[in-house]
Amino acid sequence: MSQAVSHGSHGHGHDDHGHHDQESLKVFGFWLFLITDVLLFGTVFATYIVLHHNTNGGPTPKELFEMPGVIWETFILLTSSFTSGLAVLQMHKGNKKGLIGWLIITVLLGLSFLTLEITEFVNMANEGATISTSAFLSSFFTLVGTHGLHVTVGSFWIIGVIIQLARHGITDVTKRKVTITSLYWHFLDVVWIFVLTIVYLWG
Amino acid sequence: MFGTFFITGDPLILGAQVSIGLVSLAAIFIVTYFKKWKWLWTEWITTVDHKKIGIMYILAAILMLFRGGVDALLIRTQLALPHLEFLHAGHYNAIFTTHGVIMILFMAMPFMFGLFNIAVPLQIGARDVAYPYLNSLSFWLFFIGAMLFNISFVIGGSPDAGWLAYPPLSELSGSPGIGQNFYIWGIQISGIGSLASGINFVATILKMRAPGMKLMRMPMFTWSVLASSLTIMFAFPILTVTMAMLFLDRFLGAHFFTLDGGGNPMMYVNLIWMWGHPEVYIVILPAFGIFSDIVSTFAKKKLFGYKSMVFALMSISILSFFTWLHHFFTMGSGADVNAFFAITTMVIAIPTGVKVFNWLFTLYKGRINFSQPMLWTIAFIPCFVIGGMTGVMLAVAPADFQFHNSYFLIAHFHQVLIGGVVFGYFAGMYYWWPKMFGFKLDEKIGKWAFWFWNIGFYVCFMPQYALGLMGMTRRFNNYDTDLGWLPLNIVSTVGAFIMGLGFLFQIWQIVYSLRNHKKEKTGDAWDGRSLEWSIPSPAPMYNFARLPQVSSQDEWWEEKERRAAGVPVEPAQPLEPIHMPKNSGIPFIASIFWFIFGFGLVWDWLWMAIPGFIGIVVTLFARSFSFDTDYYIPVDEVRRSEEAALKGAK
Repeated sequence: MSQAVSHGSHGHGHDDHGHHDQESLKVFGFWLFLITDVLLFGTVFATYIVLHHNTNGGPTPKELFEMPGVIWETFILLTSSFTSGLAVLQMHKGNKKGLIGWLIITVLLGLSFLTLEITEFVNMANEGATISTSAFLSSFFTLVGTHGLHVTVGSFWIIGVIIQLARHGITDVTKRKVTITSLYWHFLDVVWIFVLTIVYLWG
Repeated sequence: MFGTFFITGDPLILGAQVSIGLVSLAAIFIVTYFKKWKWLWTEWITTVDHKKIGIMYILAAILMLFRGGVDALLIRTQLALPHLEFLHAGHYNAIFTTHGVIMILFMAMPFMFGLFNIAVPLQIGARDVAYPYLNSLSFWLFFIGAMLFNISFVIGGSPDAGWLAYPPLSELSGSPGIGQNFYIWGIQISGIGSLASGINFVATILKMRAPGMKLMRMPMFTWSVLASSLTIMFAFPILTVTMAMLFLDRFLGAHFFTLDGGGNPMMYVNLIWMWGHPEVYIVILPAFGIFSDIVSTFAKKKLFGYKSMVFALMSISILSFFTWLHHFFTMGSGADVNAFFAITTMVIAIPTGVKVFNWLFTLYKGRINFSQPMLWTIAFIPCFVIGGMTGVMLAVAPADFQFHNSYFLIAHFHQVLIGGVVFGYFAGMYYWWPKMFGFKLDEKIGKWAFWFWNIGFYVCFMPQYALGLMGMTRRFNNYDTDLGWLPLNIVSTVGAFIMGLGFLFQIWQIVYSLRNHKKEKTGDAWDGRSLEWSIPSPAPMYNFARLPQVSSQDEWWEEKERRAAGVPVEPAQPLEPIHMPKNSGIPFIASIFWFIFGFGLVWDWLWMAIPGFIGIVVTLFARSFSFDTDYYIPVDEVRRSEEAALKGAK
């Protein structure tokens, strides 16, 4: 907050709202969006914490979770966060090829994470653990699914940014887009750490 | 399937269906007859100009005020006499549900966003909001959400589980019809728009201020918008999640809030009020800001206690998140929890009291001009104080076991919402009307409207306090004669119709003023104090030809003082080309897809929801891939437009 205020009090003393100013403004707006997203996840986490004992005679967390898969998912997502960081480093060096390459690897890792997660969900459903089995499972699928949905959005978004990079190269606008998507991606990583801790390790 | 599509068999609804059909046809005919389709598309539907978006918001809000008001009059008609058969029970439930939802979410919220849009960028010396495109998208999402909600009335049936739709009543077990789905998606879609607006205005106020406009130099309305927008950012995600979970319960058979399967209905009640209580402060804070600007303008004095006013706004914003449980003291949370929330609720009265005294001290010894905005402000102060006092009574947890869900509560929240929010937004509308259109609304008819609204208000709601203490509870559609509620109910109904008259006078006032008005040429209709009055009315597309240099609070007032004292004016900076966002049709098209998506999910028609969803995604990509989104207004054009404005002022 205080930081934001100090930013606001200077920075556009000129009549010209140049492009650069516009781009940093959009990044700021995205930070604000992330705050609201934290609130959104917080609400879903709270619901999970309230409801996760209510297994309604269905499977309990202990019976349900298979840790090897979850560890793999975690490993893949954390790596993808790292590769998206490498992509941003390449961008600051002005290396378009390196940037696009690392972004492609990031997306591929994201998609493999999703594949594992969907497989996990399908296996659960086959064992008779669906969203309508119990309050615990409703909140579990909603929490992990909300994160998964975010990863899906992020993957398609990064693909879009890759296409734009290929077309326009590294400009102020595409730089801002890469910055925002990588912020988003790191954020999802942090959320996943909470999912891992609260859902899987507690369970 | 289509047998239940249109609601049939109720003469009232049939009448509404016919009139809606006729009005729609009439509107299409008029636009076609005057060849205005292209104008509508290029000037309004695709606009990203905050001033036009603000006007559209306020138009929509007035439309929804009419709809919600009709609901209110139907309720009061049903309650005027014991055992009336005017509305049957099911219809009555739907009417009070839609009345609540429409008045809060589709009347107060757009009215508020409209005033945000009209005033905030002008008050801080900005050329637009931070994200003009997103602003347009917010409007269209709100509008389409409101339309989706309203269409339920003639297609498929209205929601009827109360305005906050507590489970298990709002679950499939209690509401097997599709009305509740309309509730979920109408609120969900417009809620996304509101959340985006909240982010937009926080960014606007923090990042777009003119040089020298320090936070503590901002007009109080801008401060109130910041407080309100921050509250939106923290509250609305909770609503999004809550609605999504209720939808999953109904759509996929999940068990969040069901009675079986381990679900917990109380979880919903907690979540909805964690959003709902901040929400009522979201709508009242901007009204406080409007009153603050108005009292200092019309008393010709600096606002008393500026710093304490800012502190009060911000503390109310924070405290609003710690009072939600006072909406269900009777649900058995235990004495400790109740005590905590009772105290937090009472604490809110302190900053509010600070504000009231600040307004009074601002007025003290001022040369007060009783124009319309000031009238509504004067009416607001005692009304809101009484409403606030009954609020503190309700905050007494043990006493609340008596008050809970009685007409005492109904009277309380209508007093703070009408006496605070509605009066506040009316005051704001009259205050900024000259800024929007370049003329003032007619004073004489306005006075009639004002007195009808005010007298009607007290006649309608004072009896309801008594009725509540006599044991009348909310959401009854009839009562027995021997309870002794008859006289007060008749009085209350009369009051409601008097307020309805007040509304009709306002419509007449607007129509009359459009045809007979004096052009307001200076741009400074009320001898104002803040920057929005320093430019022509209506403001040019780019607002400020040169960004103002701010050196004090009440900058425009100080500037006028300097000019009167003959302080030499600094030579003006040379004009520069002005960077502007281009209009875009994508927000409107996206909102159409949202409608298709929402409508499909309401009816459980995946064949409709999936194309709608794909359409939404396509519009997102279409926006992301368009790089040609801005242009520059050349210097010559700015100069021409400024000179024309100067000529007009002479």
